Amino acid sequence: MPQSLLSSYQKKNDRFDEMLAEDGCVRPSWQPFLAHLAAATPEQMRHRLDYVRRRILENGVTYNVYADPQGADRPWELDPLPLILSPGEWQELAGAVTQRARLLNAVLKDLYGPQTLITDGSLPAALVFGHNNFLWPCQGIRPPGDTYLHLYAADLARSPDGRWWVIADRTQAPSGAGYALENRTIVGRVFPEQFRDLHVQHLASFFRQLQDSLAHWAPRTGEAPLIVLLTPGPYNETYFEHAYLARYLGFPLVEGQDLTVRGDCVYLRTLSGLRRVHALLRRLDDDYCDPLELRGDSALGIPGLLQAVRAGNVLVANALGSGLIESAALPGFLPGACRKLLGEPLAMPSVATWWCGERAALAFTIEHLDELVIKGSYPSQRFDPVFGNELHGSKREEMIARLRARPQAYVAQELVNFSEAPAWSTSHARRLLPRGVGLRVFVAATPSGHVVMPGGLTRVSAASNARVISMQRGGSSKDTWVLTDAAVNTFSLLKQSVGKADIVRGGRNLSSRVVENLYWFGRYAERCDKTSRLLRVALSRLVDAGADTLPALNSALDLCRTMQLLPTAETDTHAAAKARKAAAELPLDAQMVHAVCSKEWGEGLAGDIRRLLWVATQVRERFSLDNWHAINRLQHQLQQYSETLAGEDAQPELGEALAFLDQVLLTASSLAGFAMDNMTRDDGWRFLIIGRRIERLVFLANAVAGFLRLPSTRAAGSLEWLLELTDSIITYRSRYMIQPQLLPALDLIVFDDGNPHSVAFQLQFLVRYLDNLARLLGGPRDEALPQALTRLQAFDLGSFEGQSFSECSACNPCLELAGLLSGTALAAATLSDRLAMRYFSHVGDVSRQTFAS
Amino acid sequence: MIAVSQSAARYHIVHETSYSYETPVSLSRQLLHLTPRDCSWQRCLAHQISVKPEVTAARERNDCFGNPVRELAIEFPHRSLCVRAESTIDVLPHLPALAGITHADRALSAGPSPTWETVREALAYGSRPVLLDASRFQFESPYVRVKHEFASYARPSFTPGRPVFDAVQALMRRIYDEFDFDPEATTVATPVLKVLAEKRGVCQDFAHLMLSCLRSQGLAARYVSGYLLTQPPPGQPRMVGADASHAWVSVFCPELDGGRWVDFDPTNNLLPDTQHITLAWGRDFADVSPLRGIILGGDAHELDVAVTVTPVVETRGEAALLP
Repeated sequence: MPQSLLSSYQKKNDRFDEMLAEDGCVRPSWQPFLAHLAAATPEQMRHRLDYVRRRILENGVTYNVYADPQGADRPWELDPLPLILSPGEWQELAGAVTQRARLLNAVLKDLYGPQTLITDGSLPAALVFGHNNFLWPCQGIRPPGDTYLHLYAADLARSPDGRWWVIADRTQAPSGAGYALENRTIVGRVFPEQFRDLHVQHLASFFRQLQDSLAHWAPRTGEAPLIVLLTPGPYNETYFEHAYLARYLGFPLVEGQDLTVRGDCVYLRTLSGLRRVHALLRRLDDDYCDPLELRGDSALGIPGLLQAVRAGNVLVANALGSGLIESAALPGFLPGACRKLLGEPLAMPSVATWWCGERAALAFTIEHLDELVIKGSYPSQRFDPVFGNELHGSKREEMIARLRARPQAYVAQELVNFSEAPAWSTSHARRLLPRGVGLRVFVAATPSGHVVMPGGLTRVSAASNARVISMQRGGSSKDTWVLTDAAVNTFSLLKQSVGKADIVRGGRNLSSRVVENLYWFGRYAERCDKTSRLLRVALSRLVDAGADTLPALNSALDLCRTMQLLPTAETDTHAAAKARKAAAELPLDAQMVHAVCSKEWGEGLAGDIRRLLWVATQVRERFSLDNWHAINRLQHQLQQYSETLAGEDAQPELGEALAFLDQVLLTASSLAGFAMDNMTRDDGWRFLIIGRRIERLVFLANAVAGFLRLPSTRAAGSLEWLLELTDSIITYRSRYMIQPQLLPALDLIVFDDGNPHSVAFQLQFLVRYLDNLARLLGGPRDEALPQALTRLQAFDLGSFEGQSFSECSACNPCLELAGLLSGTALAAATLSDRLAMRYFSHVGDVSRQTFAS
Repeated sequence: MIAVSQSAARYHIVHETSYSYETPVSLSRQLLHLTPRDCSWQRCLAHQISVKPEVTAARERNDCFGNPVRELAIEFPHRSLCVRAESTIDVLPHLPALAGITHADRALSAGPSPTWETVREALAYGSRPVLLDASRFQFESPYVRVKHEFASYARPSFTPGRPVFDAVQALMRRIYDEFDFDPEATTVATPVLKVLAEKRGVCQDFAHLMLSCLRSQGLAARYVSGYLLTQPPPGQPRMVGADASHAWVSVFCPELDGGRWVDFDPTNNLLPDTQHITLAWGRDFADVSPLRGIILGGDAHELDVAVTVTPVVETRGEAALLP
């Protein structure tokens, strides 16, 4: 056996070891995998680790995605070595958690129904009526099929004798199934042969069964049921998973404000009107779901949802109120409840639990405080677990006094020594380290019984000898390999046969919020591109400024000022203007670097990039993985470049700024490519493209107008950079073979409707698209843009004939054309406002609670 | 057991609520607890609710505490909302026939109600039979806290071995004496701990405070929403809380009549009888507030509530006295 791999791997006597048996030998189910590891070269392992790290970064797997707009997201941690479970062991485990899912469902059915568990003394009233997650308005509501827990998760740990224990139950909106899936896609590719040869069970069919069950229990209205995934939004710590699962399951990802209740039915607000929603897979906490009957201060919920549930018009999974049984105090009462409700003994024990509301339990807890961990009975207490053996002196007395004063609010649990499994050492190559592991397993209810996901999320402690495993506290995770003797079910999540009722036409289920965000994604992506271009024009001339390039540099800088990328020295009384004035006195180098990447959050190019990233995270489930990689790359480029500027004495280097601009332009063009080539042509895409075109039109019209008005642009080299700025220099050269001249240059970038970078092209495109939109979605036609186009087409380019641009001053016909272009830019900006009014206006309108006595 | 010392009183009640909004409200959903519930001492003879503007949808049901509740939805833009509830009610006398329980203006003597410790014990986990109905009103709820601060405040009234209603009445008297009625001091959102600290508030605050004290002692007590007679009978002072909806508490005693609830009004320091009309009960205000709603839009709004309770003069039989 591979001694060098195991040289720092110590099996402990007080814990179970997943890989090593009592006698120190590798367990049979681990042997082939370990043999492979031992044979792998250090080089191979390094590649694999790099692959894992890169995939996580590229896929943007995080635990709290962009919760902080400053970009403090935490990458998901994944150890490449899976936790391996043998077929026999899994069978027993799966049977036990299935029983627990049935039991907990039966407990909910009783507590929201006849409450016999309370009347016969099986369960203290304090743990139900005293629990803030007992939702009183839900009492008496019976969900379809009496199913409360459509998806249930159990946190398991292994005791030193090798038995599995339940540490905690996740019943209201269990997280982790999506992370397990993502871990699988990554680790499955790190060890593809082992994955296949070991007969590891696949996960996809579990999700298919979950989908089918929701569709089965959703109300039937003769159309394909619309199932949505309800998220609290991007601030949530597991938002990545919401977006990931929504995309994987094919459910629209919605927030509360996307939904509305009309006449006891739930509807999704889409561009083309309200669409009936049949089922909600929710990741929003129970009490936030309906501000009318539940938490009135919830801005995340849907007023009237409960009434829609009561009327049987929508399925909510898990049922509202199911958070009740996540209480740490409940496990102590489950053996009794299991005998009573199911007539069978509880198959898998919970970690030993004492509810202090019982006199004997309180006395025991105080006597054995050192061996116990104290938890709150109710989530509303916000009480962090306290380890008895860490309490000394007055702290200990204080805790005991609290226990005596309100015993029913506390639970004592036995300390758990987690079992250990090998993790790959990241610092020393070819070393396995023992780490505490806990396993989260998932159970779905189906009309024909419960199914267990053959795998799960293995969580890994940050250090050896752990007592707590938490992703919040720097823990890591693993893929979970469940081996099978039977054939592996290689089903993939694609419907085998699609009936007529299953057919979904593109984009019918797009929420207005998604469309609004896609529109702004288009605008910001284009804005980043155009801003970078203008800054690069100026910066590249600043870097190699000589006597011959100086005039062109000056005119480019002037246009940057006109476009408000650089500060101007105009006198003004506003504070902001004063700040700008002060900035204008900085050295030019510093001004340019500031325009590229300002320290202020919302300013300069970096501000636009951050806004782009922000709107992207709002709709990340709409982007393909490759598209998302590009967005992530932009995020990392920005982060890296900001870090080079972060130090107090960091010298801003123009070369670095130029390199950064090149990177941004490259990413911007791949985003443009994805938009054209990779996205389905639905209403969301249409708005994204309209956003891009409007932004480009506004920029072009303003830039050319500014160019025509500025006296400094008459200097040599200016027309050249104008063509460069508008990405038209190649076309120009291939057509004219002469130094840039005003008339042909203007023809190309203003009037030529075959040039995708011309003003006329944007105008014609927008006029056509808006006509289509008005026809598809109704509403008045836009008149301002066609008029601007007509006026532009009526302009006589011949008036520039025979005039030497370098010798003229800024007068007619330059001013006349500049006026037309400014009018066009204004019309485009007005159009943007009107689109927002017509199609997006309700976004951001938050409901409020009112009371009258 | 109900001591029939007086005949039934009949009342006509009009409860009008009007909102006017600064900008149009595009969507409004309201839960109404404006229909008086029937109980052994009270009968609703006539009742109707009218709403302006015309509602898009309305439905009636009973909530989980058995109170009638009406749910309204208005799904078109509107700038005002008026809800008028009108009821005719008979209220029978229902003071418990217990020595020591009398109107507050008469002296108390030690009575046969069980000690408060016995009651607490009967409600604790492990006692049989399990008092399911009472235990729903024994713990924290959105406006009622179970904390040692309230237990400490209540303690002087809950001396060892004291009959429960004797202790509750003593607590009520202390709240009445030590707290000031002050409509400016609190809002719907004022936490009950602040009420305890500042010693002022309105009837809802006093009810929540008294509930917090009672539940912190391990007793079961519920919040009662209702009305008071607007103009008192001649010779009696006008009570605090008339012209508006009123609130008081009800305390559970398991051994009395096989388990019954007795009302206490800490705002007026008395045991409600025929001059209190019960609308609904729940754990606290949040469960039974007369109008609870969610609106979309509207910006600032003005709210006007008017309650009128008038005795109905019977043309035959025993006529109620009128000024």
